[in-house]
Amino acid sequence: MRRTAGLVALAALPVAVLSVFFVLPVSGMVARGFWPEGTFDPGQVLDVLGRPRTHRVLWFTLWTSTAATAIAVLFGLPAAYALHRLAFPLRGLVRALLLVPFVLPTVVVGVAFRELLGEGGPLGFLGWDGTPAAILAGLVFFNTAVVIRTVGATWESLDPRPAEAAAALGAGPWTVFRTVTLPALRPAVVSAASVVFLFCATAFGVVLTLGGVRYASVETEIYLLTTNLFDLSAAAALSLLQLLVVTLLLALSARLRATPDGAVARGVSRPRPLFPRRAARRPGPPAYGDVLAALSTLLLLLLVAAPIVTLIVGSLQRSGGGGWTLDNYQALGGTGEHDALLAPAIDALVTSLRTAVDATWMALLLGGLVALVVTRRSHSRSERRIRGVLDGFFMLPLGVSAVTLGFGFLITLGPLRSSPLLVPIAQALVALPLVVRTLVPVLGGIDDRQRQAAASLGAGPLRTALVVDLPIVWKPLLAAAGFCFAVSLGEFGATSFLARAEEPTLPVVIFQLIGHPGAMNYQMALAASVVLAAATTVVMLLVERLRVPSAGAM
Amino acid sequence: MSPLDHGLSLDHVTVEYDGVPAVRDVSLELPDAAVLAVLGPSGSGKSTLLRAVAGLEPAAGTISWDGRSLAGVPTHRRGFALMFQDGQLFGHLTVARNVGYPLKLRKVRGSAASSRIEELLALVGLEGYADRLPGTLSGGERQRVALARALAVEPKLLLLDEPLSALDAGLRERLAGDLARILRESGTTALMVTHDQEEAFAVADRLAVMRAGHLVQEGETADVWARPADAETALFLGYARVLTGAAARRVLDAARAGTQRAGTQVAGGEAAPVVAVRRSALVVDDAGVLTGRVLSATVTPDQVRLKVDVSGIGELDAVAGPHRHPGAGDDVRLRIDVARIAPVPGRDVPDQ
Repeated sequence: MRRTAGLVALAALPVAVLSVFFVLPVSGMVARGFWPEGTFDPGQVLDVLGRPRTHRVLWFTLWTSTAATAIAVLFGLPAAYALHRLAFPLRGLVRALLLVPFVLPTVVVGVAFRELLGEGGPLGFLGWDGTPAAILAGLVFFNTAVVIRTVGATWESLDPRPAEAAAALGAGPWTVFRTVTLPALRPAVVSAASVVFLFCATAFGVVLTLGGVRYASVETEIYLLTTNLFDLSAAAALSLLQLLVVTLLLALSARLRATPDGAVARGVSRPRPLFPRRAARRPGPPAYGDVLAALSTLLLLLLVAAPIVTLIVGSLQRSGGGGWTLDNYQALGGTGEHDALLAPAIDALVTSLRTAVDATWMALLLGGLVALVVTRRSHSRSERRIRGVLDGFFMLPLGVSAVTLGFGFLITLGPLRSSPLLVPIAQALVALPLVVRTLVPVLGGIDDRQRQAAASLGAGPLRTALVVDLPIVWKPLLAAAGFCFAVSLGEFGATSFLARAEEPTLPVVIFQLIGHPGAMNYQMALAASVVLAAATTVVMLLVERLRVPSAGAM
Repeated sequence: MSPLDHGLSLDHVTVEYDGVPAVRDVSLELPDAAVLAVLGPSGSGKSTLLRAVAGLEPAAGTISWDGRSLAGVPTHRRGFALMFQDGQLFGHLTVARNVGYPLKLRKVRGSAASSRIEELLALVGLEGYADRLPGTLSGGERQRVALARALAVEPKLLLLDEPLSALDAGLRERLAGDLARILRESGTTALMVTHDQEEAFAVADRLAVMRAGHLVQEGETADVWARPADAETALFLGYARVLTGAAARRVLDAARAGTQRAGTQVAGGEAAPVVAVRRSALVVDDAGVLTGRVLSATVTPDQVRLKVDVSGIGELDAVAGPHRHPGAGDDVRLRIDVARIAPVPGRDVPDQ
């Protein structure tokens, strides 16, 4: 009885918050679709779903997400191998650099790719500007990091001995990979691919900045329908469709992730030197696979660096291409050409930082409670079932696009709309699954007998937590905080709905700047993007220094 | 040293991890169809040596097979098979597909493959297990499958890394016997590393002892057993004590007194003032020449284990037959079982 009471007490706050700020907005959005005039009328939803434009948008979302996922996996696998199984100079730096895109704000990536692929850009000759290819490139740029992180962590901890046993039985490197390594990696690959697909299918900032009105995904279409066309019931219908598809996808990937025997052998492996010393050469010819993986990683590094470097260079150029200058950065103190902004960009940066701090403590508080509730050992079947349901419940924000969430806030939480806490709350909900996924493996990995041992020695619950849990958890907690902060700084989907006009965040300002005419505004957008990117990158690199394997791996 | 025409030769092999040598300058020969056990405590470098032979660790020096150097030959082209301590079966494949894995690699397919798989499963006593997944097998069964898989393509050399250590005692004994039989029946050349001397004695006909990366002794199993190279090796081989000086002399004299009556010889007596004694080297016998006072007695099903303060030597282990019950404080006479002592050529005896 006391256990159940404790469970309820711990779960109460997160459940309440999620109910008010997630379930209510999303169900309000659903209701808006089905009860447009207060009476049940599914006709409008069906009507929207029958529109040719809807079909086009849906098809575009599906194929770009599929293609981007495939390419990201294709680039990510060799890089995961090279970065986690090979030893070479500067490996740590390369690893950190390749993970940077993951936390770059979507709007920044959009701007960087426009600068790279646009007319006069270094890759302008490709003619990709304004085509689906640019969107694909942006999506791949983002999500390869997810594949590297998720698969790399598994690969690194993969027991090397089955592969050695296979080699000793006569299997060549490729056969070993195909018949032993790949099956062991499958759960990680499936899980990475499904998360990447999810991110691609709900990508907002990249598609909006690179696709404009011509190429819309479901996500950007919802935005356009709401803000430009005020067709709220059509937007609701699309949100509903997206919710459905995403839920289905999550269920499907959960099934695919299960391995036949349910267990993957874990071990430790020493990374293999890419450039072995002459004295003690590994038997056999140079491992062509290793060289190939290293080259592919190098290529990836160049592809990741290209838009970022172009962005930085662009931000330091005088508008119209007249040499180097810091004017663009100085202009951030103002409101832009033709007063494109309501407030100086520098104020937006301050707003962004303040919002991120709020979002971070909220997400940590909620995520910490959720992780505690989910990982405590269950004493009965019903208790276990309750924990399972809660676990799934708190993952829901992962499945609902930020735009849907923002839109839902907009239509259901009318009285609160002027509250400055609304934006951080929305951002905290977006970051919540990330916090939970970082903390749960760590907390779950603590042997419950350690707590029992502490308790049997006379430690109360609080003291047990201090002695057993805290020393293991503080690093992941810090990493989760960093992630939250970075995500919140760059969050654009929900924020674009909710940010008050006089208090925009930096991503919103960047989007406003590139939407306004004037060369100086565009240059300012570049400078603002660099500032934002620098902020998130610094946070990300600090997180990376903490070396928490589960951080950012879904 | 010129490498063997048939079999494995190691010539001054050294393996380093990050500049720290794990195997130092080991030279060793393993003729065709022999079974060699490399015995050593953990951290002695024996597993590293095995991995170097398999081609999994870069090694300096020469490793050759049938007189040809294996430098530059990658693991999968060596034609060896490696069996790990915990089998390392592929968890996603059934027993039959695990055993068939090396066959498939060599393009053995269809009925030829399935009959070979059946034959191998019969050899290791696992008929009818073909469709099971490794996760559903017991530890012993998994090791048998791993052995069948390793033998599937008749490897030139079978490398066994502590093949039985993960099993409980009874099973280990039984499987060791099976392993010895299977290796002899299939005429397989095998190199096994283990820290368990009983496992080594049960399976191998040659023994190599490693310590701190060095090869300290190598030879026929019985020879190594009877003549340990030094005191530390003797202790590792299961000898309870290593005696020096007067104590050693007294034990040797007593042994000689016994053998004169029995008509056998005590090896190396005069030259070696160091002698290793097993726990059961001293036997309570009224005709014995040594005397002592019993300090403690423990009854086991087969015999009575004693601690005896032997006059002129000090505290030693001894045994008495199950029909005798000497108690603490009793005075007893003791004889030496010469098969259970060994002269040791070494000078530096470790503190006990």
